[in-house]
Amino acid sequence: MNRLITLFIAVLLALPASAATTAIVGAKVHTVGPQGTIENGTVLIADGRIIAVGADVEIPAGAETIDASGKVVTPGIFSPFSQLGLVEVSSSAGPTDGAQRGDYFTAGFDVADAYNPRSTLIAINRIEGVTRTLVAPTPAYGGGTSSGHILSGLAAVVNLGDAAYLDLQRAAMVVTLGESGSGVSGGSRTDTWLTLRNALDEALDYRDHKGDFERGMRREYVHSVADLKALQGIVNGNTPLVVRLHRASDIEVLIRVVDEYGLQAIIIGGEEAWLLADELAVAGIAVVIDPTANLPGNFDRVNARFGSASILVDAGVQVAIGDGDTHNARNITQLAGNAVAHGLDWDAALRAITLTPAELFGMSGSAGSLEAGKAADVVIWPGDPLEVSNFPEQVFINGEKIPMVSRQTLLRDRYLNGEGPPAYRK
Amino acid sequence: MKKIIVACAAGVLLFAGCEQGSEEAEPASTPFESRYEPLPSGTTLITGATVLTGAGERLDDADILIENGRITAVGSDLGADGADVVDAAGKWVTPGIIDVHSHRGVYSSPGTESHSDGNEATSPVTADVWAEHAVWPHDPGFPAALAGGVTSMQILPGSANLIGGRGVTLKNVPGRNVMEMKFPGAPHGLKMACGENPKRVYGGRGQAPGTRMGNVAGYREAWIKAAEYRDKIEAAEDGQGEMPTRDLELETLMGVLEGEILVHNHCYRGDEMSIMLDVAREFGYKVGTFHHAVEAYKISDLLAQNDTCAAMWADWWGFKMEAYDGIRENIAFVDEAGACAIVHSDSGIGIQRLNQEAAKVIGAAARIGIDIAPERAIRWLTANAAKSLGILEQTGTLEAGKMADVVIWNRDPFSVYARAERVYIDGALAYELGNAAVNPVTDFTLGTAASAGGAQ
Repeated sequence: MNRLITLFIAVLLALPASAATTAIVGAKVHTVGPQGTIENGTVLIADGRIIAVGADVEIPAGAETIDASGKVVTPGIFSPFSQLGLVEVSSSAGPTDGAQRGDYFTAGFDVADAYNPRSTLIAINRIEGVTRTLVAPTPAYGGGTSSGHILSGLAAVVNLGDAAYLDLQRAAMVVTLGESGSGVSGGSRTDTWLTLRNALDEALDYRDHKGDFERGMRREYVHSVADLKALQGIVNGNTPLVVRLHRASDIEVLIRVVDEYGLQAIIIGGEEAWLLADELAVAGIAVVIDPTANLPGNFDRVNARFGSASILVDAGVQVAIGDGDTHNARNITQLAGNAVAHGLDWDAALRAITLTPAELFGMSGSAGSLEAGKAADVVIWPGDPLEVSNFPEQVFINGEKIPMVSRQTLLRDRYLNGEGPPAYRK
Repeated sequence: MKKIIVACAAGVLLFAGCEQGSEEAEPASTPFESRYEPLPSGTTLITGATVLTGAGERLDDADILIENGRITAVGSDLGADGADVVDAAGKWVTPGIIDVHSHRGVYSSPGTESHSDGNEATSPVTADVWAEHAVWPHDPGFPAALAGGVTSMQILPGSANLIGGRGVTLKNVPGRNVMEMKFPGAPHGLKMACGENPKRVYGGRGQAPGTRMGNVAGYREAWIKAAEYRDKIEAAEDGQGEMPTRDLELETLMGVLEGEILVHNHCYRGDEMSIMLDVAREFGYKVGTFHHAVEAYKISDLLAQNDTCAAMWADWWGFKMEAYDGIRENIAFVDEAGACAIVHSDSGIGIQRLNQEAAKVIGAAARIGIDIAPERAIRWLTANAAKSLGILEQTGTLEAGKMADVVIWNRDPFSVYARAERVYIDGALAYELGNAAVNPVTDFTLGTAASAGGAQ
């Protein structure tokens, strides 16, 4: 925990200093915080942070004022799971840094070291409103770029700004169970649970008998010391275990394991979680859900359906929305819109792509909503942010006005305007 | 027509009476004919809707009359005795959505290995295989697409091969076999593939093609054989030489050269699409539609000149090198150039909301000052798709005389919140939001918790 606090302070100090104060005025402001939605509201930004939000905010002299009348302002979108900064082109184009293919290191595989803030994907996604994400190791799914072990390693929270981008290292650990997990674990879901339990048991044994282990007076472990160290946050209940699974029966086992070991767990996928909504609420297990995943892709998801998000929210489960996509992490707003089309309350949908992911990954004190003191991740939209035809007009990350340019907009403009050599003029 | 005459001529020695056969009649020997029967329907009058005809028009407060499975009138103040009147005030009506690129039934859900029937990846040219021989009609993806307003779709083989086989166009109705779903009179498609997939699949086995050079050599070799086959048949018909032994692969390729089978060419890069247009020119066939066409915006003028459609995603990009240059405005740029722009899915999930994919393009185009009205955008998923599949005379627009393939939406379909409330196929109510008595449930889905209450 001390390490987390130290890291947090380091992030505070590293925020880009800017004397300028910016006031966004006249917009419908969805704070996703205690102030709710403010018609004709003002968001005041200085030194990378939100200074004030409200209907009657005094604008200091010299502040840059942005007239957002008739527009909508939201917190930045927080993608709860992606490989942004870890992959440029997914297939046949060099490394994808999200997965270890062997099994020498498993739990200790930490993607933060591979994150590339200059990836073309960063600009492409941030100009559409994504300001933060959990950068996660690729789960095991059996494909060529997937993890070689059910324990894929450690995820980090980053912001999509140009500086001080690493918000929180070791923010979560990713494990894959169910059919996908069994593909790298003996061909059986029984094996996946044994493998997970063994990892947790070894981590506990290592914690409680570290001295003996180092003196060679303890049995050998299957996992490396790096892995066992990485698992300490999990067995101590400080770091969430992000569990990729789908089938209701697997979720029932997870509920037992979480109780037995005192873990913090977040389900990603969870197409059949709606069958156990009340049980998940009691167990305090959150779900990251793709509201469009309604097909039985395999026998783990025979009961996939529309409307899961609203069923889970109504039962009191903490729900974030995301499909794990990386290149199109930006389409998370469309996913949220589809959840609304299938019964989810609109405010709950916006929360599921902003504040809830921030809460799940230890960032709710500093991001996820428009509240004084939080990082100024602010998006100005021409209208409803969940409507697919609406794209941001301006994005701020840590108070920085992001250039609304990406490699894609440059390609677009070249072929729109015939810039450059004559070949491009049609 | 030419096909019928040829068939008759070829069979003249065997079947006396051929000369009496009318040209209208399909030869009885045509294999795998459609046995599609429209669902029972009555007379339906949809009133007071905002209608996007698919032919480029928007009609406000308009009515649509459906009789005997056909649209008989579109206009104002229509009436019909005994019609089931559907009050659609405040709602929007469009032609049924058509997806030109689906693998429902050949890559079914659940996606088990045993359901993997889309790629005959045993040889780079497999023009002899037909997708319809593998379509599993109980794929839950069919009713899911129906709930998204999809009334017709082309099922294509995959893209592992340079020439992957014939595609089939289906009506999105339940069937016990594919013939009961087959769109009557629709031409076959031929799936071809450029770029990374064939060279990865075969190059990875140390076999040709291993490069894009090998790809093009492979197409050319196939077309040379097809042209020879055609020439031999024509010569034999003129009494010169023997009729060649029937060859399923060359029969399909000859169908393309004769203009009876439409080419659907998976191709991402602009430079590669340009080369494929040159290959087509060399052998005298037409590329009907490029599929995926992530760089179509770079060659939109060439597409317009060649009357070649481009079937595209709204925003898929970056999953491989040839998809790295995707832009959100691709479809809009192709449409602006006067070429035939189509939104396609290639996905069991995406097929359920092609309207939203089009809406994203409308929004992206608006950012750069290109205003695309809904009556224009709807063509991307209706009329232009029908043109690509060769079924525009039968469906794809709301015009008198056409099949009554119609969707009633609860609001502007280019909204994320829009839901199809009613879907008609040949005038029959095939889907109604929340109505378990109407909505199809596949055999596979029976008995699951998710199926309680009908298709979700």
